[in-house]
Amino acid sequence: MSLFKVFDVAGSAMNAQSVRMNVTASNLANAGNVSGDPDKVYRAKQPVFSTFSTSLADQTGVQGVRLEGIVESAAPIQMRYQPDHPEANADGNVYATNVSTVEEMVNMMSASRSYKNNVEMINTTKDLLLQTLSLGR
Amino acid sequence: MDIPAFSQHEQALRFRALRNQVLSSNIANADTPNFKARDLDFADALKGARQESISLTKTSDLHKQAWGTSQEGARTLYRVPTQPTLDGNTVEMDVEQAAFAENALQYRASLAFLDGKIRSLRYALKGGD
Repeated sequence: MSLFKVFDVAGSAMNAQSVRMNVTASNLANAGNVSGDPDKVYRAKQPVFSTFSTSLADQTGVQGVRLEGIVESAAPIQMRYQPDHPEANADGNVYATNVSTVEEMVNMMSASRSYKNNVEMINTTKDLLLQTLSLGR
Repeated sequence: MDIPAFSQHEQALRFRALRNQVLSSNIANADTPNFKARDLDFADALKGARQESISLTKTSDLHKQAWGTSQEGARTLYRVPTQPTLDGNTVEMDVEQAAFAENALQYRASLAFLDGKIRSLRYALKGGD
Protein backbone atom coordinates (compact mmCIF):
# COMPACT_ATOMS: atom_id res chain seq x y z
CA MET A 1 0.00 0.00 0.00
CA SER A 2 1.72 3.12 -1.23
CA LEU A 3 0.09 5.46 1.28
CA PHE A 4 2.38 4.08 3.98
CA LYS A 5 5.33 5.89 2.41
CA VAL A 6 3.81 9.18 3.56
CA PHE A 7 4.65 8.19 7.15
CA ASP A 8 8.33 7.78 6.22
CA VAL A 9 8.44 11.06 4.33
CA ALA A 10 6.60 13.08 7.00
CA GLY A 11 8.60 11.33 9.74
CA SER A 12 11.90 12.30 8.16
CA ALA A 13 10.68 15.89 7.84
CA MET A 14 9.57 15.94 11.50
CA ASN A 15 12.96 14.61 12.54
CA ALA A 16 14.73 17.32 10.55
CA GLN A 17 12.48 20.03 11.96
CA SER A 18 12.99 18.85 15.53
CA VAL A 19 16.77 18.99 15.05
CA ARG A 20 16.25 22.55 13.77
CA MET A 21 14.28 23.34 16.95
CA ASN A 22 17.07 21.89 19.11
CA VAL A 23 19.70 23.93 17.31
CA THR A 24 17.57 27.05 17.70
CA ALA A 25 17.18 26.33 21.42
CA SER A 26 20.94 25.99 21.74
CA ASN A 27 21.47 29.26 19.86
CA LEU A 28 18.92 31.15 21.96
CA ALA A 29 20.33 29.75 25.20
CA ASN A 30 23.78 31.01 24.22
CA ALA A 31 22.59 34.34 22.85
CA GLY A 32 24.27 36.28 25.67
CA ASN A 33 27.55 34.38 25.53
CA VAL A 34 30.77 36.42 25.70
CA SER A 35 34.38 35.32 25.78
CA GLY A 36 37.80 36.94 25.99
CA ASP A 37 39.02 34.74 23.12
CA PRO A 38 37.38 35.25 19.70
CA ASP A 39 38.03 31.58 18.80
CA LYS A 40 36.24 30.26 21.87
CA VAL A 41 33.07 32.34 21.67
CA TYR A 42 29.83 30.50 20.75
CA ARG A 43 28.88 30.79 17.06
CA ALA A 44 25.30 30.43 15.84
CA LYS A 45 24.63 26.97 14.39
CA GLN A 46 22.29 26.16 11.49
CA PRO A 47 21.11 22.77 10.21
CA VAL A 48 21.36 22.05 6.47
CA PHE A 49 18.58 20.03 4.84
CA SER A 50 18.68 17.99 1.67
CA THR A 51 16.42 15.41 0.03
CA PHE A 52 16.73 11.66 -0.22
CA SER A 53 14.76 9.11 -2.18
CA THR A 54 13.34 6.13 -0.33
CA SER A 55 14.29 3.95 -3.31
CA LEU A 56 16.42 4.66 -6.35
CA ALA A 57 13.98 2.95 -8.69
CA ASP A 58 11.27 5.36 -7.63
CA GLN A 59 10.72 7.77 -10.50
CA THR A 60 7.69 9.50 -9.05
CA GLY A 61 9.84 11.94 -7.08
CA VAL A 62 8.67 11.05 -3.58
CA GLN A 63 11.49 12.31 -1.41
CA GLY A 64 12.08 12.61 2.30
CA VAL A 65 14.23 15.11 4.17
CA ARG A 66 17.76 14.32 5.24
CA LEU A 67 19.91 16.31 7.64
CA GLU A 68 23.15 17.06 5.75
CA GLY A 69 24.85 18.47 8.81
CA ILE A 70 25.08 21.47 11.07
CA VAL A 71 27.13 24.47 9.99
CA GLU A 72 28.39 27.36 12.09
CA SER A 73 27.41 30.86 11.09
CA ALA A 74 30.14 32.93 9.44
CA ALA A 75 28.60 36.20 10.64
CA PRO A 76 31.20 38.50 12.23
CA ILE A 77 31.85 38.29 15.98
CA GLN A 78 31.31 41.56 17.80
CA MET A 79 34.08 43.02 19.90
CA ARG A 80 33.22 45.18 22.91
CA TYR A 81 35.53 47.22 25.10
CA GLN A 82 34.55 46.24 28.63
CA PRO A 83 37.59 46.12 30.90
CA ASP A 84 35.55 45.41 34.06
CA HIS A 85 34.19 42.16 32.61
CA PRO A 86 35.69 39.02 34.25
CA GLU A 87 36.22 37.44 30.80
CA ALA A 88 37.96 40.50 29.34
CA ASN A 89 41.37 39.91 27.76
CA ALA A 90 44.59 41.89 28.36
CA ASP A 91 43.36 44.75 26.14
CA GLY A 92 40.06 44.95 28.03
CA ASN A 93 37.98 43.54 25.16
CA VAL A 94 35.30 40.84 25.20
CA TYR A 95 33.87 39.07 22.16
CA ALA A 96 30.10 38.55 21.92
CA THR A 97 28.47 35.65 20.08
CA ASN A 98 27.02 36.18 16.57
CA VAL A 99 23.62 34.69 17.48
CA SER A 100 20.80 36.91 16.22
CA THR A 101 17.82 36.49 18.55
CA VAL A 102 15.34 37.85 16.00
CA GLU A 103 16.55 35.38 13.36
CA GLU A 104 16.36 32.53 15.84
CA MET A 105 12.80 33.39 16.89
CA VAL A 106 11.75 33.42 13.23
CA ASN A 107 13.54 30.11 12.73
CA MET A 108 11.73 28.61 15.69
CA MET A 109 8.32 29.71 14.41
CA SER A 110 9.07 28.40 10.94
CA ALA A 111 10.23 25.05 12.33
CA SER A 112 7.17 24.63 14.54
CA ARG A 113 4.81 25.49 11.64
CA SER A 114 6.53 22.99 9.39
CA TYR A 115 6.42 20.35 12.13
CA LYS A 116 2.68 20.91 12.60
CA ASN A 117 2.10 20.65 8.85
CA ASN A 118 3.73 17.24 8.85
CA VAL A 119 1.67 16.08 11.84
CA GLU A 120 -1.50 17.14 9.99
CA MET A 121 -0.35 15.26 6.93
CA ILE A 122 0.16 12.08 8.94
CA ASN A 123 -3.25 12.48 10.58
CA THR A 124 -5.04 12.94 7.24
CA THR A 125 -3.25 9.98 5.68
CA LYS A 126 -3.97 7.85 8.74
CA ASP A 127 -7.68 8.71 8.42
CA LEU A 128 -7.63 7.75 4.74
CA LEU A 129 -5.97 4.42 5.52
CA LEU A 130 -8.39 3.63 8.34
CA GLN A 131 -11.31 4.45 6.08
CA THR A 132 -9.88 2.18 3.40
CA LEU A 133 -9.59 -0.62 5.94
CA SER A 134 -13.22 -0.31 6.93
CA LEU A 135 -14.39 -0.44 3.31
CA GLY A 136 -17.56 -2.48 2.83
CA ARG A 137 -18.44 -2.85 6.51
CA MET B 1 -14.94 -12.51 -10.42
CA ASP B 2 -13.80 -9.26 -11.95
CA ILE B 3 -16.39 -6.61 -11.25
CA PRO B 4 -16.08 -3.78 -13.80
CA ALA B 5 -17.86 -1.36 -11.49
CA PHE B 6 -14.94 -1.67 -9.05
CA SER B 7 -12.03 -1.26 -11.43
CA GLN B 8 -12.45 2.43 -12.22
CA HIS B 9 -12.70 3.38 -8.57
CA GLU B 10 -9.75 1.16 -7.77
CA GLN B 11 -7.67 2.97 -10.38
CA ALA B 12 -8.86 6.33 -9.05
CA LEU B 13 -7.88 5.29 -5.51
CA ARG B 14 -4.42 4.28 -6.69
CA PHE B 15 -3.94 7.59 -8.45
CA ARG B 16 -5.11 9.51 -5.37
CA ALA B 17 -2.79 7.50 -3.12
CA LEU B 18 0.13 8.27 -5.40
CA ARG B 19 -0.73 11.96 -5.57
CA ASN B 20 -1.01 11.99 -1.77
CA GLN B 21 2.58 10.75 -1.64
CA VAL B 22 3.90 13.32 -4.10
CA LEU B 23 2.14 16.18 -2.30
CA SER B 24 3.34 14.95 1.10
CA SER B 25 6.87 14.96 -0.26
CA ASN B 26 6.37 18.60 -1.29
CA ILE B 27 5.10 19.62 2.15
CA ALA B 28 7.85 17.67 3.92
CA ASN B 29 10.51 19.45 1.85
CA ALA B 30 9.09 22.95 2.36
CA ASP B 31 12.39 24.05 3.97
CA THR B 32 14.84 22.07 1.82
CA PRO B 33 17.01 24.30 -0.39
CA ASN B 34 16.75 23.69 -4.16
CA PHE B 35 13.83 21.29 -3.80
CA LYS B 36 11.42 21.53 -6.73
CA ALA B 37 7.75 20.87 -6.00
CA ARG B 38 6.02 18.28 -8.19
CA ASP B 39 2.51 17.16 -8.91
CA LEU B 40 0.60 14.61 -10.93
CA ASP B 41 -1.71 15.47 -13.78
CA PHE B 42 -5.12 13.82 -13.67
CA ALA B 43 -5.64 14.07 -17.45
CA ASP B 44 -2.40 12.13 -17.94
CA ALA B 45 -3.49 9.46 -15.52
CA LEU B 46 -6.78 9.18 -17.37
CA LYS B 47 -4.94 8.75 -20.66
CA GLY B 48 -2.70 6.17 -19.03
CA ALA B 49 -5.72 4.30 -17.75
CA ARG B 50 -7.09 4.22 -21.29
CA GLN B 51 -3.60 3.16 -22.53
CA GLU B 52 -3.32 6.04 -24.90
CA SER B 53 -0.19 7.47 -23.39
CA ILE B 54 2.61 8.30 -25.78
CA SER B 55 6.28 7.86 -24.92
CA LEU B 56 9.69 8.41 -26.46
CA THR B 57 11.16 5.63 -28.58
CA LYS B 58 14.13 4.11 -26.79
CA THR B 59 16.91 2.52 -28.83
CA SER B 60 19.05 1.68 -25.83
CA ASP B 61 18.39 0.56 -22.27
CA LEU B 62 20.51 3.48 -21.08
CA HIS B 63 18.03 5.98 -22.46
CA LYS B 64 15.77 7.55 -19.92
CA GLN B 65 12.18 8.61 -20.28
CA ALA B 66 11.65 12.34 -20.51
CA TRP B 67 9.60 12.16 -17.33
CA GLY B 68 9.02 9.88 -14.39
CA THR B 69 6.11 7.56 -15.08
CA SER B 70 4.18 5.79 -12.40
CA GLN B 71 2.56 2.44 -12.89
CA GLU B 72 -0.70 4.33 -13.42
CA GLY B 73 0.80 6.17 -16.40
CA ALA B 74 0.66 9.53 -14.64
CA ARG B 75 3.61 11.85 -15.12
CA THR B 76 5.14 13.75 -12.23
CA LEU B 77 5.59 17.28 -13.50
CA TYR B 78 7.36 20.21 -11.86
CA ARG B 79 5.18 22.95 -10.51
CA VAL B 80 5.65 26.49 -11.85
CA PRO B 81 6.06 28.76 -8.81
CA THR B 82 4.29 32.10 -8.66
CA GLN B 83 6.83 33.48 -6.19
CA PRO B 84 10.32 32.02 -6.60
CA THR B 85 12.43 31.94 -3.43
CA LEU B 86 16.08 32.79 -2.90
CA ASP B 87 17.08 29.26 -1.89
CA GLY B 88 15.72 27.67 -5.07
CA ASN B 89 12.83 25.96 -3.30
CA THR B 90 9.56 26.07 -5.28
CA VAL B 91 7.20 24.74 -2.59
CA GLU B 92 4.33 27.15 -1.96
CA MET B 93 2.78 25.96 1.24
CA ASP B 94 -0.76 27.26 0.72
CA VAL B 95 -0.95 25.76 -2.79
CA GLU B 96 0.34 22.43 -1.50
CA GLN B 97 -2.00 22.34 1.46
CA ALA B 98 -5.00 23.14 -0.73
CA ALA B 99 -3.98 20.42 -3.19
CA PHE B 100 -3.41 17.96 -0.33
CA ALA B 101 -6.85 18.66 1.17
CA GLU B 102 -8.50 18.41 -2.25
CA ASN B 103 -6.78 15.13 -2.95
CA ALA B 104 -7.73 13.67 0.44
CA LEU B 105 -11.35 14.62 -0.20
CA GLN B 106 -11.29 13.01 -3.64
CA TYR B 107 -9.78 9.87 -2.12
CA ARG B 108 -12.66 9.80 0.36
CA ALA B 109 -15.14 10.31 -2.49
CA SER B 110 -13.71 7.31 -4.34
CA LEU B 111 -13.95 5.31 -1.12
CA ALA B 112 -17.59 6.35 -0.70
CA PHE B 113 -18.41 5.29 -4.27
CA LEU B 114 -16.75 1.92 -3.72
CA ASP B 115 -18.55 1.51 -0.42
CA GLY B 116 -21.88 2.20 -2.14
CA LYS B 117 -21.13 -0.40 -4.82
CA ILE B 118 -20.23 -2.98 -2.20
CA ARG B 119 -23.38 -2.24 -0.22
CA SER B 120 -25.65 -2.56 -3.23
CA LEU B 121 -23.98 -5.80 -4.29
CA ARG B 122 -24.38 -7.18 -0.80
CA TYR B 123 -28.01 -6.07 -0.79
CA ALA B 124 -28.56 -7.92 -4.08
CA LEU B 125 -26.82 -11.06 -2.78
CA LYS B 126 -28.83 -11.16 0.42
CA GLY B 127 -32.07 -10.24 -1.31
CA GLY B 128 -32.81 -7.48 1.17
CA ASP B 129 -31.54 -6.30 4.53
